[in-house]
Amino acid sequence: MKKEKEPWKSRERFSVRLKKDLKHNWLLWVMFLPVVIYYAVFNYAPMYGILLAFKDYKVKRGILGSPWVGFDYFKRFFSGYYFWDLIKNTLGISIYSLVIGFPLAIIFAILLHYLTMNKLKKIVQMVSYAPYFISTVVICGMLTIFMDPGNGVFNKIIGLFGHEPIPFLYVPEYFKTIYVWSGVWQGMGWSAIIYISSLAGVDYEMHEAAIIDGASKLQRIRFIDLPSIRPVIVMLLIMQLGSLMSVGFEKVYLLQNDLNRMSSDIISTYTYRVGLINSEFGYSTAVGLFNTVINLIILVLANTIARKATGESLW
Amino acid sequence: MVKQKKKSKILSNSPADRAFDIVNIIIMVALLFIFVWPLWFVVISSFSNPFDVWKGNVMLWPSGFTLKGYREMFRYEPIWIGYRNNIFYTAVGTLINMAMTVLCAYPLSRKDWLPRKFWLKYCLITMYISGGLIPTYLVIRNLHMTNTIWAMMIPGALSFYNALIVRSYFSNSIPNDLQEAAELDGANPVQYLVKVVLPLSKPVLAVVCLYYAVGHWNDYYTALIYISDRNLVPLQTALREVLMSSASIANLLHNTDSNTAMLMQQRMELAQSLKYTSIIAGIIPMMIVYPFVQKYFVKGVMVGAIKG
Repeated sequence: MKKEKEPWKSRERFSVRLKKDLKHNWLLWVMFLPVVIYYAVFNYAPMYGILLAFKDYKVKRGILGSPWVGFDYFKRFFSGYYFWDLIKNTLGISIYSLVIGFPLAIIFAILLHYLTMNKLKKIVQMVSYAPYFISTVVICGMLTIFMDPGNGVFNKIIGLFGHEPIPFLYVPEYFKTIYVWSGVWQGMGWSAIIYISSLAGVDYEMHEAAIIDGASKLQRIRFIDLPSIRPVIVMLLIMQLGSLMSVGFEKVYLLQNDLNRMSSDIISTYTYRVGLINSEFGYSTAVGLFNTVINLIILVLANTIARKATGESLW
Repeated sequence: MVKQKKKSKILSNSPADRAFDIVNIIIMVALLFIFVWPLWFVVISSFSNPFDVWKGNVMLWPSGFTLKGYREMFRYEPIWIGYRNNIFYTAVGTLINMAMTVLCAYPLSRKDWLPRKFWLKYCLITMYISGGLIPTYLVIRNLHMTNTIWAMMIPGALSFYNALIVRSYFSNSIPNDLQEAAELDGANPVQYLVKVVLPLSKPVLAVVCLYYAVGHWNDYYTALIYISDRNLVPLQTALREVLMSSASIANLLHNTDSNTAMLMQQRMELAQSLKYTSIIAGIIPMMIVYPFVQKYFVKGVMVGAIKG
């Protein structure tokens, strides 16, 4: 019976087993076919398009027929004066987000977990992850309106303290701070959910023992809760480190303007601008490819380091 | 969230801990204010007298009452076109998403399927490597999908991350015995999926469905890349035009050629009101549905956290 159910476990040749599976499980093959086609068309076919990064693309001659340019686009990108700005901004925004957003979510989760008023706890929790579902367009719209140099409410507030209005979104130095802290407002509650439920899973008997030994809440957080949720923290940290070079496009794009561009231009907005606005397909593809490769390297590195250091890893 | 098991839990009550609790409550109330105020401000500004908002007299409480902004919004056609399109994209798009997700997750959850591991890798690779913006754009353009409704729904038809969530539910939460029983009764995989697996997986399907729906509702990127036809753009694109452009929108509203300072001021105020009411228009569906579905989202984070 068992043997019949798992036909490939036998020692027959692969082709024979494949034939058996096609006969036995043909419905599964048929079901999965749309998925195979979907990825072939929308993921694997574009991968073939990466060739563009090495070609001078002529629409009439197609990708294969266009002449090779070798690594010209990469040389142009690496030697461009904006190259280091793009890297600095991309890394700057994501590291700033990580350093601020990551610990804040954990602290928020712990504080919420220790909140003694149950009603307040429920309300705060529910309200805290509502902003996560507001669209990026609306968030950026709100930021633009609130920070308007003329009559934005933020400037009205600092006006109450006698401060001159600040054109927040037009000052390059403020861009990353605006991006990161509005991100905290939007995402902190949501990111905290996973910690909150891990904290709820911590065995309360340990806490009881600690209380009897006279441990304060801060000590219990330090010596019981944090070690207990460490695997979750490490896992999420690896995932975030892995995406260090992929800052979300939408929000930066929507908050960007000519005046703050020197501190807001990141690789993805640059790819968009040279690719779709200026129609430099080959060059844009090369920049995108550079980003993908760096992303992969960072992901593998983060994973390896985490596995060596803590025994936790993504794969 | 936290199940209160027994009331007889040992609780601490030292002075230091009580101080901690009080500080904690203060922090949480402050946070609550920070989370709520920006949205509250938008709501009261949308109702208040535009001049008071303009002057900065509206901070915590509405001042005056007017529905001019809402009237302006109802007259502003792009928002309604956006709404109509958004409802369509969200409904049909999510339906396609769900079909694709089940078609992907179910075969991959069947341990008796020979090429399971191979196809799993085939899909996993796409999570880490992609052709990038331009190659993808060219493929979709060559398929003549740009400026059609399909560009909004087909290229993102499947999120493998969501498929993994569903797959892990299929293989971990549905007893294997059921499959054997169904096969003994002569059910084929499709019948088994439709009659047994799907009804048992309602919780996870609800979660994933909500993820997709929110994604479609809030989608701005896809239209930015693939859609330029003004009759096909989604709500977010229309909202962006209202929210991000400062002076031009005032001219869009009333094309009177009078240029007196008085009229200019009125136009600016109307444009400003329209911004607040558009934000309301953008988030109102979410606000209505959110209290009912928020527990599913939370559940989803937990299901997703289980390593596939």
